[in-house]
Amino acid sequence: MQADIYKENGFSIDDWQLLEEDQAVPTEPGRFLVSLERFVAAPEAFADLREIAILVRAGDDVTVLAPHLDRFTMVAIEFAAFSDGRGYSSARLLRQRLCYRGELRAVGDVLLDQIPLMRRCGFDAFKVVHEPTRRALETGHLAEVPLYLQPAARPDEQPAGARAWARSPVGLAR
Amino acid sequence: MYRYDEFDESFVSSRVAQFRDQVRRRLSGDLSEDQFKPLRLMNGVYLQLHAYMLRVAIPYGTLNARQMRKLAEVARTYDRGYGHFTTRQNIQFNWPRLQDVPDILAELAEVEMHAIQTSGNCIRNVTADHFAGAAADEVADPRPYAEILRQWSSLHPEFSFLPRKFKIAVTGAAHDRAAVQVHDIGLQLVRDEAGSIGFTVFVGGGLGRTPMVARKVRDFLPETDLLAYTEAILRVYNRYGRRDNKYKARVKILMHETGLDTLRADIEREFEEVRSGVLDLPKAEVDRITAYFAPPPFAQEEAGDADAFAQALDSDPALAVFAERNLAPHKAPGYASLTISLKPIGEAPGDASAEQMELVADLAETFGHDEIRVSHEQNLVLPHVRRADVPEIFRRLRGAGLAEANAGLITDIIACPGMDYCALATARSIPVAQRISERFAASGRQQEIGDLKVKISGCINACGHHHVGHIGILGVEKKGEEYYQITLGGSGDENTAIGQIVGRGFSYDGIVDAVETVVDTYLGLRQSPQEDFLAAYRRVGDAPFKEALYGTA
Repeated sequence: MQADIYKENGFSIDDWQLLEEDQAVPTEPGRFLVSLERFVAAPEAFADLREIAILVRAGDDVTVLAPHLDRFTMVAIEFAAFSDGRGYSSARLLRQRLCYRGELRAVGDVLLDQIPLMRRCGFDAFKVVHEPTRRALETGHLAEVPLYLQPAARPDEQPAGARAWARSPVGLAR
Repeated sequence: MYRYDEFDESFVSSRVAQFRDQVRRRLSGDLSEDQFKPLRLMNGVYLQLHAYMLRVAIPYGTLNARQMRKLAEVARTYDRGYGHFTTRQNIQFNWPRLQDVPDILAELAEVEMHAIQTSGNCIRNVTADHFAGAAADEVADPRPYAEILRQWSSLHPEFSFLPRKFKIAVTGAAHDRAAVQVHDIGLQLVRDEAGSIGFTVFVGGGLGRTPMVARKVRDFLPETDLLAYTEAILRVYNRYGRRDNKYKARVKILMHETGLDTLRADIEREFEEVRSGVLDLPKAEVDRITAYFAPPPFAQEEAGDADAFAQALDSDPALAVFAERNLAPHKAPGYASLTISLKPIGEAPGDASAEQMELVADLAETFGHDEIRVSHEQNLVLPHVRRADVPEIFRRLRGAGLAEANAGLITDIIACPGMDYCALATARSIPVAQRISERFAASGRQQEIGDLKVKISGCINACGHHHVGHIGILGVEKKGEEYYQITLGGSGDENTAIGQIVGRGFSYDGIVDAVETVVDTYLGLRQSPQEDFLAAYRRVGDAPFKEALYGTA
């Protein structure tokens, strides 16, 4: 298996297994990724699974997950196309409104130039299959503007100067 | 006007470095054109018919002499010696090379300018009344709020991949010169009974293929809630706006399909979650930003100034006509806002040469407290000039071909670039504007007609705003030929209306005659010269015009 999950400390292997829509709920142990739609339709069907993650697709309403959030080890938000920005709102809602604290992973069409924006919306893991993006991340090349003009969802940002809406990353003296 | 601090300087120069890196990765092949496209658009770089086009932001249309000179220098160095001022108060350069764009942006950053979000499916340059801070009828200067919105929306992590572009306009006066009701969000500054500043909020206006007038979602939004409420609107739009069809993706379609009551309830519900949090605008910060826009120290009007000006007008009929058309009332006694028309007869609307830009910069420094505005009608404005200086300003403008006394007249035409530049256009617009301009230029004729806004688009995307022209002209292509449809009765002010199609289209050769027929019909039926075209049209409807154009009512 390829190590294509990028986090703060580098790449690791994706050990989650997608449960296809027509696949029965497994009885053997393992880490399973279930679509939001399927999970919400029958949450009790997954009661015996020890580790479960949710796959959120564009158009899904993440607020329906509110009563179940402590059951999830990971939530994956899918970007079917990088130009579809719904996942950014889903991420902020999960982090800021629902106070979800587990891993929040971007999957699908994940590209270098979107990763800084995704991080600010609360993503902390990225499934990266685009080769130039992988290469850039491996060399620590994240072309970011490290000053922000709006509060968002990253915990490690601090107010910057007099403006109530400006932020900078903690650790960068400005 | 607003001045960058260290934070803003670092922000913009980091953005230049980021874009330089994106261009490098595009040229090396790491980024495909599909992947690069939204990135370049978000930095104002389009691929046009013949070349790349760079659209530089002029936030709320305000700039100073130094910035104008830099635009002239860019025009001379990287373009063909001219630039094109746009209906969104920006400037476009039509011939830069992609590999030069990062250098151009670095030069612009030296004078506190950028091209951030002048295109793409994101929050675009925030526009405002071009007479802001000067107009006699203003409740408050809209620019501090436009600046706060500009900052907050810059590289917004959540709202950079919206369903479609998103435009915000702010007016500070009840008489709306910013066309706020044809924007995705329109804000009108108002005071409540206690005298506190707030906003009437409109959502879901827009032109394009499906023109719609915005709906009012709030009578009074307190100043402190500006960002929280805007974020609520944007989040609802980002989550629920259509993405299956780019022509149905603007918030106006969401408004239309969801309905005002439901969408307003969605926005208010989201706002309840966001309000009273980190997005509250502290009064002290609003005051600090507002201080940047403090009016310049106006000179006292001296005894005799008014008489001398009146005498100058008496002795120079051309100056009198210019003053009549191109001066707007100012809040300070003895002052006026002066429109520099970029619609010389027979020229492309909105174009200015590097030399003309430099002249305007000189005039702004000498006579205008170092302020220049770009109007959405594609003209330039010196917002603060002493009336006593107008004769000299007029003399110098005349020497540069910039003294056309046609502000608001039939030759003050808005036109999109059309098929001469644009890859989307299906018909020419600039040559049509030029021919109409020539037809009505005869001395006295356009003055006799009076206020009349003609707006021309070269395709249904409506960049020439034809839907809100008193006379709108839409160029379409039919079996390889250009045809021009006429709409009548449109308006982009506080009584915004979408023009109605009057009947079948006219050929490229016939359109100017048709416009003349419409104008002659108006002249024949108006009750007095004080009844302008729009008022007359609203009184009589389209029947007399149909009759005159087609012989059948």
